[in-house]
Amino acid sequence: MLSYALRRLGSAIPTLFIIITVAFFMMRLAPGGPFDREKQLPPEIEANILKAYNLDKPIHLQYLDYMKNILRGDFGPSYKYLDFTVNDLILTGFPVSMRLGLYAITIAIVIGVTAGTIAALKQNSLFDYLVMGVAMTGIAIPNFVMAPLLALVFGVYLSILPVAGWGGGAFKYQILPVITLALPQVAYIARLTRGSMVEIMNSNFIRTARAKGLSEKIVVVRHALRGGLLPVVSYLGPATAAVITGSVVIESIFDVPGIGRYFVNGALNRDYPVVMGVVIFYAILIIVLNLIVDLVYGFFDPRVKVE
Amino acid sequence: MNSRIKTPVSRTIAVLALFCACFFMFTTVAVAGGTLRVATMGEPASLDPHKVSGTWENYVVGDMFIGLTTENQKSEPVPGVATSWKISDDGMKYTFMLRKSVWSDGTPFTAHDFVFSMRRILLPETAAEYASLLYIIKGAEAINTGKAKPETLAVKAIDDYTLEIQLTGPAPYFLALLTHYTAYPVPKHVIEKHGKLWSKPENMVVNGPYKLVEWIPNTHVKLTKNDKWWDSGSLSLDDLTFYTQEDRAAVQKRFRAGEIDVAMDFASDQIDWLRKNMPDETRIAPYMGVYYYPINSSVEPFTDVRVRQALSMAINRKAIVDKVLKTGELAAYSFVPPGVAYYDNPAEVTWKDMPFGERQKKAKALLAEAGFSPDKPLEFTLRYNTSENHKRIAVAVVSMWKAIGVKAELFNSEVKVHYADLKQGDFQVARAGWIADYNDAQNFLYLLETRTGPNNYGRYSNPEYDKLMLEAEVTSDLQKRSELMLKAESLAMRDQPVIPIYHYVSKNLVSTKVQGFVDNPQDIHRWRYVSLK
Repeated sequence: MLSYALRRLGSAIPTLFIIITVAFFMMRLAPGGPFDREKQLPPEIEANILKAYNLDKPIHLQYLDYMKNILRGDFGPSYKYLDFTVNDLILTGFPVSMRLGLYAITIAIVIGVTAGTIAALKQNSLFDYLVMGVAMTGIAIPNFVMAPLLALVFGVYLSILPVAGWGGGAFKYQILPVITLALPQVAYIARLTRGSMVEIMNSNFIRTARAKGLSEKIVVVRHALRGGLLPVVSYLGPATAAVITGSVVIESIFDVPGIGRYFVNGALNRDYPVVMGVVIFYAILIIVLNLIVDLVYGFFDPRVKVE
Repeated sequence: MNSRIKTPVSRTIAVLALFCACFFMFTTVAVAGGTLRVATMGEPASLDPHKVSGTWENYVVGDMFIGLTTENQKSEPVPGVATSWKISDDGMKYTFMLRKSVWSDGTPFTAHDFVFSMRRILLPETAAEYASLLYIIKGAEAINTGKAKPETLAVKAIDDYTLEIQLTGPAPYFLALLTHYTAYPVPKHVIEKHGKLWSKPENMVVNGPYKLVEWIPNTHVKLTKNDKWWDSGSLSLDDLTFYTQEDRAAVQKRFRAGEIDVAMDFASDQIDWLRKNMPDETRIAPYMGVYYYPINSSVEPFTDVRVRQALSMAINRKAIVDKVLKTGELAAYSFVPPGVAYYDNPAEVTWKDMPFGERQKKAKALLAEAGFSPDKPLEFTLRYNTSENHKRIAVAVVSMWKAIGVKAELFNSEVKVHYADLKQGDFQVARAGWIADYNDAQNFLYLLETRTGPNNYGRYSNPEYDKLMLEAEVTSDLQKRSELMLKAESLAMRDQPVIPIYHYVSKNLVSTKVQGFVDNPQDIHRWRYVSLK
């Protein structure tokens, strides 16, 4: 298993190289530059700034410099947050995003899998319709509607939770962002679980298990869930990556100091090093999480041999 | 039960009790101490005053550093580190007498700190975006463009507490300009020790009333009282917390929930709700800025002055401010807003008071003269940077133009693309805005000079205008200078290289607990004057 994992990580290096190269040049193809703004800079001052950031060199030299720097682990300075390097921004922001994301994904797995399983076992019952109805609503309501709504109800009207802010990471500041992050995931996982459990519960090996006289509990937990969770497991790789890297909407509305907003705002600000840093970071994260999912697959599905 | 108060003693006590009750009920007492929580609506790019460029940073650094002059509550220049000054007869040499003060680490503050700071911001390698604001100082431009050594700057320490500055021309706005963050002193001894990391909370040393404690990017900046500041006894607030959240709707909710005391700006579409529900907290005041549409006068058919005049005349500004914006903005018929220092009344377009129907007729006639007709209508693209407000205004303007037979298409792009294209002159008519850096008409009118370059988006070039502005620059007589600029502005209002649409207002939410927050045309607020009750 270890050699499989190492081999997979090794094969990720060319992938990363291509991602970095494509992202680097695509970013530069976007019209407008980091220092274009309403109050245009006098040409001589713009020249000073471009020189300070090495942006006055030909693009291929900039690319080579950039590659040299990232090999040393230096993602460069930010053009927007002048007092921080990209490394600073990712290192301070990622723990926050990861904490919120892990809470959210844990809640999503526990509630989603439980609700989905019960709905599948009680197919076409009132409970089933209720869970699926709520799940559909959860998927349909975008987070930019849910977040202000929760803030308004719990922060302004009921005054039991802060509207926004981080408060040094105190528990009460995390509740609303985690709920907003978790809700669509709960809904999605519940639907995935239900769908695959309905199919599994009608399959031959479940009939065999029942025929052997096993209790329903053992049939469901030991036999059905292992197969029924496979789609959820494959979904969890990219979903975890998406959730722990934060969300620009949730971070902007709840003022959470995560890294979610750097990607979108970095692109809008043409803050090249920030965008590149975040792209590389996301790419590595997705590669690692997909590998973990594949390893976990081997546990759930005996047909998969991780070698 | 007899409730009447009989004895004189008990009567006296009752009266006293009533008096006390009334006192506590109806008087509000400013309580010293406390933390003021301000939403700045933007993350600071830096806290190094030489590297900042936005109003949201000014709210933070303006109480950490104090220049030669500083602002009072109304944002007028008053003595800062300099207690007094002498101005030479030609208005080009300033001699400042400095107070004896110390940096927040106890190091004595001297005139040499100003010499170091002004040289530093002008060094090309500092890459300061706003350095050009100091070009009025002799030698500044040459240093900033790498043509001269920093030692050639005409800022000299005569002794530890006397500073002399020579200008390139008489600038009546110079004392106001010195309140700007580009002219703030920075600590030489700390910068030499820590380099770029000097502005980190653990290293930063200031000369103003509050010093940096904590900065968590994308959340908040915390400042606390600097006991070593010369007038720290006058400070009411102990701490300041600046929240940098940009989402206006979310900030408004935090304000309603009492998590924020002052929000610098709110979303315009909230005005009806705010006026109804929070009238005492909603502060709207004239703001020194202009929202305008530059016309690219270097491309056909906009080289024709009649076309530009017609487009401007056909816009019903009153309808835009009353029906579209609704936040009390002033319809603009001049480029310079009213109420600017040393400038009587801005020069307005001559047709301002013409009834709108007549203006439309006149506009149609001008277009016909320029060769346009219903069969051959004037067609072009109006560009704006993506924003709900810009879109609403553009839609209204295009429909007003349609009424005189002009076909304008809308084109929006994100802000970086928009301004990159404006810089290249790649547009016909576009949206732009300008907020003054200092209280002077020159700060608006220079935008239309040929030598201004990229900020003169429409490439307006009128030798007569340029000559008047150059003459104003070297004129020390305030009245004469104002007249010259008025003449220049009236030329521009005749030629309409820009269509002024409205003059901005500042929009803030200020809790009724906050005392000492005074609305002013620059919307600059120093928290050292503020207290909580």
